[in-house]
Amino acid sequence: MTNKLHPALIAFTVLVFFFLVGPLVIVIGSALSDTTYLTFPPQGLSLRWFENIFQISAFRRTIITSLQIAFLSTFIALLIGIPAAYALNRYRIQLPGWLSTLFILPVLVPELVLGFSILKNVAAQFSAPIFLSLVIGHSLLVLPYVVRVISASLASFDFSIEEAAISLGSPPLKTFFTILLPNVRSGVIAAFILSFITSINDVSISIFMTGPGISTLPIQILAHMEQFFDPTVASVSVLLMALTVAVMAVVERTLGLTFLAK
Amino acid sequence: MKRFSGWTLASPATLLVVIFLVLPVLATIATTFMTPAGPFATYTSFFGSGFRRTVLWRTIQISAITTIISLVIGFITAFVVSRAPGWLKSILIIAAVFPLLTGVVVRSFAWLIILGKNGILNSTLLSLGLISEPATMLYTQGAVIVAMVYLFVPLMILTLAGVLESIPDDLIQASASLGARPVATFMQVIFPLAVPGLIVGAVLVFTGSFTAYATPQLLGGEAQMVMGTLMYQQAMVTFDWVSASTIAAIMVVITIAVVLLMTRIARRLNPMAV
Repeated sequence: MTNKLHPALIAFTVLVFFFLVGPLVIVIGSALSDTTYLTFPPQGLSLRWFENIFQISAFRRTIITSLQIAFLSTFIALLIGIPAAYALNRYRIQLPGWLSTLFILPVLVPELVLGFSILKNVAAQFSAPIFLSLVIGHSLLVLPYVVRVISASLASFDFSIEEAAISLGSPPLKTFFTILLPNVRSGVIAAFILSFITSINDVSISIFMTGPGISTLPIQILAHMEQFFDPTVASVSVLLMALTVAVMAVVERTLGLTFLAK
Repeated sequence: MKRFSGWTLASPATLLVVIFLVLPVLATIATTFMTPAGPFATYTSFFGSGFRRTVLWRTIQISAITTIISLVIGFITAFVVSRAPGWLKSILIIAAVFPLLTGVVVRSFAWLIILGKNGILNSTLLSLGLISEPATMLYTQGAVIVAMVYLFVPLMILTLAGVLESIPDDLIQASASLGARPVATFMQVIFPLAVPGLIVGAVLVFTGSFTAYATPQLLGGEAQMVMGTLMYQQAMVTFDWVSASTIAAIMVVITIAVVLLMTRIARRLNPMAV
């Protein structure tokens, strides 16, 4: 079939992938430029803009905040999402059908609306700390990924193995850790990684939750861009792309990247 | 022996979503009907303002154009990807997943470098002698659309590649051996089978661009204000939370309407879908 593809189709596809990858190559090139302004191709090669990231305290601070938020919210989402996905698969008849819809609501409701509603009706209403509001918002944001990925790996799990363990006297929690969890290990890793990257990159929720001395990295990038047009942002972008590469490598090893296409 | 019931296991996640998503979002929408001026006052003032109507209309336009362009590009590319040999297919999928996992700020920033006054596109066009002075490309509707298409094409490719891959080669060969020309095969066999995927893709792209913030903010700015940037401005710059809530409510209603409408269309076009 491949050899029957019209050359125009192939040429078009080549152009599309050039369009997809080109801009990211430009960002990498600009990050390496030795100039004080953004330019491509880079003029002179230098890593000084990477150094500059860590010399700006706002970047240092927000990188740490972003990592903390990403770890915490992913951990919370796994902690509550794994049992939920298990319940959805194991007790399908017992639970109402709308429950699975409820868990994907965070991707159906516009993120901006969710962020603003948490700000207005949780953070402002109950004077919740900004950090806590960020953790709540991000936990909601990544919960659908956890439920979906874990459900997908549970779909191929044979629940009779678990029955066997329980009927042989294994307590429920021990059964969970020794029978179920090892069987969905790759799902858990993939869910962790996807949640983590989603949280790190989020703008639409975090934009409503900034305060004195607290903000996330993407929001700091936006703020920096409003004042400076130097290659610092390009360097931060390269760091984020490096993280993406690491994430893709892990997903590829656990689930296979084609999983993302489903 | 006592075992956990389904509800016990599902309740922490259920509570999180109900307490921190369902209730706050409903409260946001509810406040728009509880103003002293009457239940629909905020909506009459929204639709009574020419500026806000323009913002809404611009957002619909940008989202519709982005959706159509992404559908065409995504469909053709996904078709080629789905028919590519194994090793090449993996490379192409990786090339589509990589931008998808790269954040929206980074991807919009890339277009800021390309489309800027002293950007790559302007300097290339200048050196080729195609233009005599730098063209203004940033802060136009075109800039927002290009960056949005860039944002959503990978999603479309991945959504459609899966659907197109599931169309057996036999069907296409059967169509060809029965005398259908490639275009006829495409229009009468491949396209109808891909409709459910196209609709899912269209819903994702339309709702995604309709509620976008970072991309229109960076590439459109004040000049190309859309619903998302207007909502942010009302909430965080002018602190008019009633107005921001009204925009939020309109966004939710339009998002839900689009999802429902498209699911209906999907059902009509393909009884097997959804």
